[in-house]
Amino acid sequence: MGFGKFLERVLHLVPVLLGVSVIVFIMMALTPGDPVQIMIGDQAITPEQESALRRDLGLDRPMLERFFVFVGNAVQGDFGESFYHRRPVSEVIAERLPATIELSLVALIFALVTSIPLGVLAAIRKNSIFDRIATVISLLGVSLPGFWFGILLLMLFAVHLNILPVAGRIGYASEIAPITHFLLIDTLLRGRPDAFLDALSHIVLPAITLGLPMTAILMRVTRSSMLEVLQQDYVTFAEAKGLSRRRVLFRHALKNALIPTVSVAAIETGSLLGGNMIVETVFGWPGLGRLVVESIFLRNYPLVQAAVLLYAVTYVLLNFFADILYTVLNPKVKL
Amino acid sequence: MTNVAEISRPPETIFQQNLRNFMGNRLAVASTAVVFLFILLAIFAPLIAPHDPNTTDLFRRLQPPAWVEGGEWSYLLGCDQLGRDILSRIIYGARISIFIGAAVILVATTIGIIAGLSAGYLRGWVDVVISRLVDILLGFPYLIFAIGLMAMMGPGLINIILALAYKEWVIPCRVVRGETLATREQEYVEAARALGASRKHIMIKEILPNILSPVVVVSTIRMAHVIILEASLSFLGLGVQPPTASWGSMVSDGRAFILESWWVSTFPGLAILLLVLAINVAGQGLRDAFDPRFHE
Repeated sequence: MGFGKFLERVLHLVPVLLGVSVIVFIMMALTPGDPVQIMIGDQAITPEQESALRRDLGLDRPMLERFFVFVGNAVQGDFGESFYHRRPVSEVIAERLPATIELSLVALIFALVTSIPLGVLAAIRKNSIFDRIATVISLLGVSLPGFWFGILLLMLFAVHLNILPVAGRIGYASEIAPITHFLLIDTLLRGRPDAFLDALSHIVLPAITLGLPMTAILMRVTRSSMLEVLQQDYVTFAEAKGLSRRRVLFRHALKNALIPTVSVAAIETGSLLGGNMIVETVFGWPGLGRLVVESIFLRNYPLVQAAVLLYAVTYVLLNFFADILYTVLNPKVKL
Repeated sequence: MTNVAEISRPPETIFQQNLRNFMGNRLAVASTAVVFLFILLAIFAPLIAPHDPNTTDLFRRLQPPAWVEGGEWSYLLGCDQLGRDILSRIIYGARISIFIGAAVILVATTIGIIAGLSAGYLRGWVDVVISRLVDILLGFPYLIFAIGLMAMMGPGLINIILALAYKEWVIPCRVVRGETLATREQEYVEAARALGASRKHIMIKEILPNILSPVVVVSTIRMAHVIILEASLSFLGLGVQPPTASWGSMVSDGRAFILESWWVSTFPGLAILLLVLAINVAGQGLRDAFDPRFHE
């Protein structure tokens, strides 16, 4: 892909990102309830203090001006103050973000590690028991409601078998001073393998719950693309040359069959963002998703607005990178 | 004589062929039957449900299912934390899930067809505006968009339908636009144009009937997705409000009691899984039978 094409794609992002900000702004501007009244709560203040607060928040300015101020501030990472925490929204979000990113990455790894071998196996042994298992998993993966699946896992592994913890990111006994705020990394950096295992045991069930729908989709993609590749002439030729089946499969077929899988994985990483809200609520995971859900009930709108915008921008950028990745991996496709 | 009868039988239409293909897929037919069973449950809920779904009975608080010690057969699936009959609430909950799923798909498909036909046939600035709007809406993860809207509009049945339909129409719109772009160049459309047919006539009478089957297939499969989204919103407390029975909020209610009363969350979740699975399998069967691209 030439630089010109790449630049064209980047420029295409601008109206989308602007449109996304407009929608997020309108969403919150139309939300019933006066932000000033929510901030004041039960405190007794004079009408002068109230109008001063309104002026400070910029709520006395015209809508259009407020929008440009919102976008201008958002670009600089300033989303105002969280009504509930009485601290900058960006600071509160930054605290919760590592937990969400860590969970999403582990879910992504789980999905890749399970879907690719199963998808390949289902393709090379078409109509076998593996193929049937793959079909069942792929149907269940898109039909199971995440919140219910999470509760089932909790009931089985945390309550009945009592081998995994019920909620949280790490046990009290294993808490460590953070370095990167990614606990799986920090526990290792601090030389605490016991704490690492504790953090790992906490993340297993949420990651499986979050990753299952993605596993289902990636498995289906891997299976069908592997089936397609196995019918290609170059695979037949490699086999005719007398190469071993293993070598043909792993050196020739798999490399090409994984191109769609990698692209779809990049797109589906965006869909993990939505799943986070549910999974974090079920497992009491202290991440951004749960914070957003809590903030809705606390009517902490600046935080909801910032988080929705952050999610949407991340989603748009992930889709953009998925597009680029697909083009880079597959030279036949031109943007 | 048999041969003469066979010869004189009129040839099968494409629809009949597709229907025959579909009927040959036993799993898809069984799944369709399950979906219809749920629809019947929803329609005749007052006649079928053994108890009033909202009547509380604190003496039956967290009563286990009939086959577990302490259960009774008149409360087959047990009772929740307020002593309400879980089976009756599941039957009434089917009304919410199916009504919201169908309403969202109906609204979204109607908007999607109008927008997609206009964008694909009229092209020009109409296409640019609609396509940009589609791009922007695709920029939001679905659940987050719906949660943001529900935060703005507040909970309620109509609000859930609107919150989900605001983004859902994008899916049929893209399908219809793509199909319209391909169909508008067909000879029969050009013939209608040459005969002086109006744009409205061409879009509705010539193009629409020919692109309807992929739209119906996509909408069927999307309904499963919408039902899960509605249940997710209800689970988070942003769906229909208590005491109305909805499967998502029933699962959420039971979460506090999973240690001792597994049945409160398990059965409503099972109902969601069964309905969504049945719609997905039936939808895939429809797609395989009716969409020529999936014909072996």
